[in-house]
Amino acid sequence: MSVELDVFVGNTTIMDKEVYQLWLNGYTVNDAVKVRIEGGVMEECEASAEVLLSDTMDQFRTFQMCERLLQNPAKLANQLLFQIPPDRQAMLIERYYAFDDAFVREVLGKKLSKGTKKDLDDVSAKTGITLKSCRRQFDNFKRVFKVVEELKGPLVENIKQHFLLPDQLARDYAAIVFFANNRFETGKKKLQYLTFQDFAFCAGQLINYWTVGAVDNMVEDMDVDLDKEFLQDLKDLKILITDKDLLDQHKSLVCVALRGKTKVFNEMEANFKNLSRGLVNIAAKLTNTKDVRDFFIDLVEKFIEPCKSDKWTSTDVNLYLTHYTNSAHILDTFKHQTVWTRYMGVIKSCILRMYHE
Amino acid sequence: MPGKLKAKIVAGRHLPVMDRASDLTDAFVEVKFGNTTFKTDVYPKSLNPQWNSEWFKFEVDDEDLQDEPLQITVLDHDTYSANDAIGKVYIDIDPLLSSEAATVISGWFPIYDTIHGIRGEINVLVKVDLFNDLNRFRQSSCGVKFFCTTSIPRCYRAVMVHGFVEELVVNEDPEYQWIDRIRTPRASNEARQRLISLMSGELQRKIGLKVLEMGGNAVVGYLQCFDLEGESGLVVRAIGTACTLDKISNTYAPASAINPCNSSPSKDTKEAGFGEEAPGVPLSSGPPTPLRAQTFSSFSPSKSYSRQSSSSDTELSLTPKTARICLSPSSPTLQSKSSPIPTTKALRSTTPPPLHVSQSDTAMLRKSVSFSEDLLLAASGMGSGGSAGKEAGPLKALLRQQTQSALEQREFPFFTLTSFPAGFLLHVGGVVSARSVKLLDRIHNPALGNTRSYKLLDWNSFTADEPETRDAWWEEIRQEIKSHAKALGCHAVVGYSESTSICEEVCILSASGTAAVLSSRFMQDGALDMDHRLSRQQAPVFTSGTEKGEGDMGSSASLGFEDLAPPGCGFCHIPYDELNMPFPAQLTYCHCCRRFKVPDVLFTTIDLPTEANVTGKGCLIQARLCRTKKKAQGEGNATAISNLLPFLEYELHTQLMNKLKLRSMNALFGLRIQISIGENMLLGLASATGVYLTPLPSPGGIQIAGKTPSDITYEQHISNMQKKINDTIAKNKELYEVNPPKLFTLDPEAFRCINTELVEEVIGSPIPEPRQRSRLFRSHSESSDEVSELDLSHGKKDAFVLEIDDTDAVEDIHSLLTDAPTPPGFYSCNTEIMPGIYNWTSALQMFTSVRVFRLSNVNLTNQGLNKVFNDLCENLLKSLYFKLRSMVPCCLCHLNFTVAVPEDELIQVAVTAVAMSFDKEQTLENGRQSCDKTLMKAITENEEQLQFPLELTAESSSNPLSSAKGLSEVSGALPSARAPSVDYSSFTDRCSSWIEQLRLKAHTIRRGSIKTMSSLEKASPLPEGRSRSLRSNRSYAGGSVAVVKMTPLSFIPGTKIIKYLGIINMFFIRETTSLREEGGVSGFLHSFIAEVFAMVRAHVAALGGNAVVSYSMKECVFMENPNKNQAQCLINVSGDAVIFVRESELEATPPQPQSASTQTSSSGEGT
Repeated sequence: MSVELDVFVGNTTIMDKEVYQLWLNGYTVNDAVKVRIEGGVMEECEASAEVLLSDTMDQFRTFQMCERLLQNPAKLANQLLFQIPPDRQAMLIERYYAFDDAFVREVLGKKLSKGTKKDLDDVSAKTGITLKSCRRQFDNFKRVFKVVEELKGPLVENIKQHFLLPDQLARDYAAIVFFANNRFETGKKKLQYLTFQDFAFCAGQLINYWTVGAVDNMVEDMDVDLDKEFLQDLKDLKILITDKDLLDQHKSLVCVALRGKTKVFNEMEANFKNLSRGLVNIAAKLTNTKDVRDFFIDLVEKFIEPCKSDKWTSTDVNLYLTHYTNSAHILDTFKHQTVWTRYMGVIKSCILRMYHE
Repeated sequence: MPGKLKAKIVAGRHLPVMDRASDLTDAFVEVKFGNTTFKTDVYPKSLNPQWNSEWFKFEVDDEDLQDEPLQITVLDHDTYSANDAIGKVYIDIDPLLSSEAATVISGWFPIYDTIHGIRGEINVLVKVDLFNDLNRFRQSSCGVKFFCTTSIPRCYRAVMVHGFVEELVVNEDPEYQWIDRIRTPRASNEARQRLISLMSGELQRKIGLKVLEMGGNAVVGYLQCFDLEGESGLVVRAIGTACTLDKISNTYAPASAINPCNSSPSKDTKEAGFGEEAPGVPLSSGPPTPLRAQTFSSFSPSKSYSRQSSSSDTELSLTPKTARICLSPSSPTLQSKSSPIPTTKALRSTTPPPLHVSQSDTAMLRKSVSFSEDLLLAASGMGSGGSAGKEAGPLKALLRQQTQSALEQREFPFFTLTSFPAGFLLHVGGVVSARSVKLLDRIHNPALGNTRSYKLLDWNSFTADEPETRDAWWEEIRQEIKSHAKALGCHAVVGYSESTSICEEVCILSASGTAAVLSSRFMQDGALDMDHRLSRQQAPVFTSGTEKGEGDMGSSASLGFEDLAPPGCGFCHIPYDELNMPFPAQLTYCHCCRRFKVPDVLFTTIDLPTEANVTGKGCLIQARLCRTKKKAQGEGNATAISNLLPFLEYELHTQLMNKLKLRSMNALFGLRIQISIGENMLLGLASATGVYLTPLPSPGGIQIAGKTPSDITYEQHISNMQKKINDTIAKNKELYEVNPPKLFTLDPEAFRCINTELVEEVIGSPIPEPRQRSRLFRSHSESSDEVSELDLSHGKKDAFVLEIDDTDAVEDIHSLLTDAPTPPGFYSCNTEIMPGIYNWTSALQMFTSVRVFRLSNVNLTNQGLNKVFNDLCENLLKSLYFKLRSMVPCCLCHLNFTVAVPEDELIQVAVTAVAMSFDKEQTLENGRQSCDKTLMKAITENEEQLQFPLELTAESSSNPLSSAKGLSEVSGALPSARAPSVDYSSFTDRCSSWIEQLRLKAHTIRRGSIKTMSSLEKASPLPEGRSRSLRSNRSYAGGSVAVVKMTPLSFIPGTKIIKYLGIINMFFIRETTSLREEGGVSGFLHSFIAEVFAMVRAHVAALGGNAVVSYSMKECVFMENPNKNQAQCLINVSGDAVIFVRESELEATPPQPQSASTQTSSSGEGT
């Protein structure tokens, strides 16, 4: 004896947020029921496990039917099949496009290709996120990537418009798209301590200041590709380390400014040339796609790690970078002020964000 | 050539990809009406085509306009192969034909394919230009409005209620035609959808014609059903109530003029005054109006429908006897005299009593089982005594004749309405029902097009060749219903409905309704006259009050007779002579007015009248039963089924009764008994809303008695059970707030001389300790009662005894107790309004839930089956409560269960209902208010009582003697009547025990004397109503647009319906050959139901509406073949498309009628 068919259809589609989350997390119906039972909903509502199972199955089915629409959120608003209040629609979309930080850290900067998708079971095993959920999140990244790839206009706005996502989530997706497009290396061991939000912040900086869109806002891929001209110009910064006078001058200016203001002054003074060389070399190499990918690794290896071994605090780093940047402006023979500002602005905020004490 | 239909195809969106190569579609559209087809251009390579076509014009007869749907087909153009169909949209033009409904259909419609479901949407514009047709012999009935709502629709006023209209059309089912073997499933489904659409159009047109003939302009309570008879054909039938409706305009201020009683009364006071467009607007806009006006005037309504008048004379005098003939040996002669179909009559007997099971098989087969009253009549064995009694009580008889005459002219004085304009429903007798088992036969040489003449052979008529149509079958059943009503002293049947259950070639036809006495005022043109005469007749009985009413009537009559609103207890009063009850019932004096007799229990199929005095809240009560049956073919099968039916009905009834007592309630409303047949079982499901009617006596508890008292453990077991039952009753009393009636009544004699002027004072005076007083009064009334027998029985009332001596009975009691109580915060009912809850919020959730249960074991006992079925229903309810927990506090209203046995071991239960939340804080306030209301009522009742002292004395002086005699006769004839035992031990014993139980319970059929209502009583619901509407005003602000609400109720709380846009009646088929891929049976049905909802909403939105009221899913036939990965489902839904506005958006204050405002103020004083 068994229930062969069991459906519940409301004129307004009923969706339980909690069950939706379980579905998004990729639980099977039975696992979801277990979680719900543990959550105590049964006692709360005098329900039996049977009722819970029926309700869970029903909702999972509803979500599955909605999934097609969620993949094209704009459709959800003007489809006729489900009558869902606007606030609910927004909730559904937001949660459908939400992702796990643990997951995104694994995929960030990787090519959103079939190959990557095949490796998702490893990701799933590593992160403890169900494969189903991994696939959903991966597909979301890929879908957003494909749609915005060919669009003109600001990246974040495009994502907001096409996927009806709230601002913060749209920014995160912009970061993901940006990373995927430029294939930044984020998986190396040395980068493991960085969270997705660290990277997302950096991506925001890069998008805002280093892409084509930062100068011209009506170009295709404007927010996805770095400004080639700018990268070319960065080569000119090399003079800061190749010209011995300039390097010494720069050092003395920074030392004067920092003397007495930091506990790590001696270490700073000793390391100045190394650090400066590191930063300028990163800039000079960015014309190389391969080196663009290693941008974050380089920042860590060439700057963050030396500072850390000398026990700099964030304040020290902040102080140093501020004066390092500003002092270059005072150098008479240094002519590349605009490029320098554009470069160091981003580098400074990225390093500060990435500098975990 | 009276009509021009114009259609324009604007655009499409979300189309499916039809060309794999390009991932795009080259779509174009075919627009077809009748035999004319137009095409749009192909819009290449787009999933969102913009056709923006010209106006396609169809010049057609209005007859076709009514019958045919506009058919829109979206196709994908293919250069090399045949064009692929994407899907279709059928648009019913009917709403455009009535000048008052929609004027244009415009919007996005889902493109539907029977195999793939919804595939994108299409934007269409449709208009109709109608020309005048003055031809009186026309076949069309454009302009007649149809409403599914079973009450007078919200923005209309009933000028006249003409009565019953019915029609059926028959055709061959395309699914069973030879061509079906060679065509695709899609073509077959589409042929079926189209045919049914055509047939319902035709049916509606024909009914419309009848309505015009009767002089009406609308059909209310329109109920259309399909019988899928398989090989023998497809029957589409409909019943309804013809009315003349008037749109309410600003000038008609009276609140109670329409008083759409089905609503929460609060709104009505407010709504009534609200402005509709003046009648002139629709008049000028629509061409058909003059035409209608003409027909209207040319028919004298008093003539009524010609077909109906023919049989009236004989019916009047003869039918009362038919009801009771079944038992007496002399019956055959009587029967044939009154029988409309002499040849079959001998066989067509009413239910033989269970004792007579040994009667000839044929008789058993042909019999129509009519429930309770037949059993009762049979049981009581007082047939002869009863027939004589018709003449007794000269006053009442005279009165009845008067009121009857209006109805008697009709062949069937039936009304599909379940709630009534104020003052229409006078008394309620009880449920009358009839069933008949028929064997379907193949249609012989069906002549295409000639729909009505398909001859269907009755399987066991004497001459096998003699044809019998479905019409005759229904006629037979209706006659029976009518005669049952007569036997109850009632001349009308209200809340009437018909249904069928088909399994293979056996078909059960069922009809049920509530016998009632109606006021003739809405019946005829001469209604006014009638009323005057009536009240004069009643003058000796009803004194000042009626006189006053009469005086006012001249002026107020046209406004809606608000002066005659019935008192809260009037409808409970028995409509027949207590001397000559057709069955023994325990009558007591009405607990409200103390002047008329009321039964101890009242069962009805109607909604709770708004004016009813109710204590506490109501609740859903269900009786569920499953009985096994041997597989059989043809006649044998039919015999087996008809043998089982009476037992099924009896047990359902017993369950209902027990559950009612368990909840300490005394009346059922909205009773609906559904019996479904399957290959190897019968399912019975009775649903109703139980309430405690204040006028009726408080029900006694349930007592359990063991048969072997010697056994101590057994005794203990029984006392345990008894304790459980008592606990449950106590708990229920608390839950439903059913307290002993808070009556405030005074010794009638002391106030005998006080006249109506005193009312105001009484209202103002403080009322101390109502409960105590009521007790006082009660004892007084009992002691003053000269009928000792009555007193005795009154005392015995509590002794409702269940005797257990076998497992069967234990099971019964167990199942009685296993009904899980509704979780806190939830209430449920199957009627329109939930007594005791008024302050609804706007949160509304309509839903449909379907479950199919597979019985895997082969050998299930009846008990086992019962448990399975019971659990299925209970679990379903539990699931619903769980799903809707976020809406708490809330009430599931109009819980409508349908059961079916789609296959051998499958049980299907489908539920459609609406969950409405209400405001808890205001419940308290409201409770206080209702308390006030009770007081108010008590006062008015009391005062009403004072108005008619003469009557009381008259009754007490003349009746008691005779009634005492009558009762002693009854008890003498049935010495065992009060034996408090029910024996379950053997079959025959069981039969006799029914009789005893039935006697004890004296259920179902109740009658009351005819009576006019007090003009003042009406005021009592008003004050509350008004304050409520004010409150609801407060609680709503804003709301989302573009949402289409759906509800099975006739109203949406907190809103006012400003326009009815037409009836929605849609039939869909969905089929799949990839069941697993679509998520199995559940996935398949889930998406189909969602699609049906979507299509209904789209059609309503296209008509310009924002809600569907009176929505129902009348058919949900689901078939599967998992082995072949296939499934098919048919769904039929209907409802009324409306435009509503939030009450808060309506700023204007309605003009309050004088009485209402004074009452309000006085109630304020009272509080």
